[in-house]
Amino acid sequence: MIWEFWSANAPALLLAIPMLGAFATPLIGRMGKTPRNLWILLITALTFVTSAVLAVEVYTTGPVIYTFGAAASSAALVSDSGGIPVRIIFNVDAMSAFMALFASFVGMVAAVFSFPSGKMESGRDGYFALLLLLLVGILGMVCTGDLFNFFVFLEINSLAGAALVAYRIDKGVAVEAALKYAFLSTLAGLLVLYAVALLYGQYDSLNIAVIAERMQFGFLDKVALALLLTGLAMKAGAVPMHFWTPDTYSMAPSAITAFLVVASQASLYGVFRVAFTLYGLTLNYVTIGWFIIILGVLSMFVGVSMAIPQKDVKRLMAYHAVSQTGYMLLGVGVGLAVLGDPVMLESFGLTAMEGGIFHIVNHAMYKGLLFLTAGAIFYQTGTRNLNKLGGLGHSMKWTMLFFVIGALAIAGIPPFNGFASKLMIYESVFAFNPLLSIIAMVVSILTLASFVKVFHAIFMGPRQERYAEVKEVPVPMLAAMGILALLTVLMGIFPQQIVDLVISPAAGALVDQGSYIASVMGGL
Amino acid sequence: MNMSNLVRTGAGLLMPFVLVFGFYIVIHGHLTPGGGFQGGAVIATAFVLLIVAHSRETIRERISLGFLKNTETLGLMLFIVTALIALAAGIAFFGNWLVNTGSLFGTPVAFGINPGDLNTGGVIPIMNIAVGLEVLGAMSVIILAMLSVVRGDA
Repeated sequence: MIWEFWSANAPALLLAIPMLGAFATPLIGRMGKTPRNLWILLITALTFVTSAVLAVEVYTTGPVIYTFGAAASSAALVSDSGGIPVRIIFNVDAMSAFMALFASFVGMVAAVFSFPSGKMESGRDGYFALLLLLLVGILGMVCTGDLFNFFVFLEINSLAGAALVAYRIDKGVAVEAALKYAFLSTLAGLLVLYAVALLYGQYDSLNIAVIAERMQFGFLDKVALALLLTGLAMKAGAVPMHFWTPDTYSMAPSAITAFLVVASQASLYGVFRVAFTLYGLTLNYVTIGWFIIILGVLSMFVGVSMAIPQKDVKRLMAYHAVSQTGYMLLGVGVGLAVLGDPVMLESFGLTAMEGGIFHIVNHAMYKGLLFLTAGAIFYQTGTRNLNKLGGLGHSMKWTMLFFVIGALAIAGIPPFNGFASKLMIYESVFAFNPLLSIIAMVVSILTLASFVKVFHAIFMGPRQERYAEVKEVPVPMLAAMGILALLTVLMGIFPQQIVDLVISPAAGALVDQGSYIASVMGGL
Repeated sequence: MNMSNLVRTGAGLLMPFVLVFGFYIVIHGHLTPGGGFQGGAVIATAFVLLIVAHSRETIRERISLGFLKNTETLGLMLFIVTALIALAAGIAFFGNWLVNTGSLFGTPVAFGINPGDLNTGGVIPIMNIAVGLEVLGAMSVIILAMLSVVRGDA
């Protein structure tokens, strides 16, 4: 009974639970710190369970449709609407369910990591309410089947994110970073909005499935495509629109940075959804595929070469985040470039896409872990400057272990998860164009070099006088880092099982434009 | 610093009209142009009028920040709970479970041109009221927050 209710309404509950949680947080926060933390834990855990229920449903029975405000949520088309879906529809396929699953997981981990608050920190109720709203924004973006709705959730994502970046005012530096993030997010949002308006003007609908079915790929559609890809790639932090990432990622509280990585990946999901589902085979897939590949290669290379000279540990990691985003763009871009050729798609295109999509979740895990370790170090020492840190390996052994796991994973060393997805990308991209594969490997080596430096600067060396008082971080922080580290290792040891179970249906769902359309339009 | 007696009295005279107009826009949201957001913003301008006529300190003494924040939370909770009740009623999230039931806001809409009946629309007027409460609370909090950094006469 409760299971049936839960699974039938999972797409709505996925948003309703964190929204209710966010709105009630100011009230619950009055009861004190412990009830509020328990409430946040309950809400994020329930959201995660809901996304798991939804994922099970999608992976076993196919795409799930949820029509908001209708008498029956599964009916996309009303009998007297003339075959046009009139309401906001959530169209959750394997790709969406996969994104929602790990986004809600990282949300939970970020919340747990935030429970021990620093001495000078106030306004925690607002912090947690915004964290939950950020979760709403991400989940909405990846689940929605409506373009305008996508824009609305993109804005929720941006606004909540910007407010959270400014949380640690830090003599105005964090506020400046937040303002920059807010401006650029608004710019990206407006580009998306304008593109949505262009598409709406031509196809009289905002539903992705309807527009995809009617897509002509005329001049205005090309303009809309350029606007959508630019806006979303900007939000995803791809070079040359990456300039907000170092400021934003380094000034935000670390748990938020770990979660902002997922927020950027929701925009990356938008890029893929637009290219594969909204336009699909009608667009010039070789050109657009190469456009995404070049964005990816630029992001990889510029990101890592900017990361090497950094002295602020979180700024360094932020540039690495840009660099890793490049791998995802490269993998999926190769898939797009061979979309129209079934033989090439079968022989390496799908593997490249699987590698890119697998890298999304791997990146969320190990990069989240790395940002959390940076947060743990900042929590205890109050600095992110690599020249001032040192010798922490004596006092923060667990943090050091977690950092090593994250650093080896991001550098693509077996048996960690970064290796699994990078190997898939190397192999399949080599079949497409060997040069791209070589660039990807060189970037990995540079990543390793950079993290060896960071590891040495933070943890090695003799115990330092000024950090004599430093001890290990509180248990919730260790638990949050530990679970991400555990997953980083597990996903590296069992990559084939995860790819078969989760990743390959997601890649299949991206390629299969027809079933996305049919799940909405075929329901009359 | 207080404005002159004339301004304060004038503001006092205008207050009920602004408030009535604001609530009118909120409650008639499903019949006429406007709605929760617009009405809430109009009500918040009444709050600004009070701050201009009297000083910010006087207003802060009379109306607590907690009260405004509570208004905001109340609006948000009303909104989400109204949407959630639809699930309990067996229809989709945000479904209109009150429309055409004959109870509150449940009169069926008359066919053809008619002057409009306030008692229609189902959950839409309730959502409008919720948004109105949220916006008037949030806007007032924002105004107070922005004024709190202004030095001197404000």
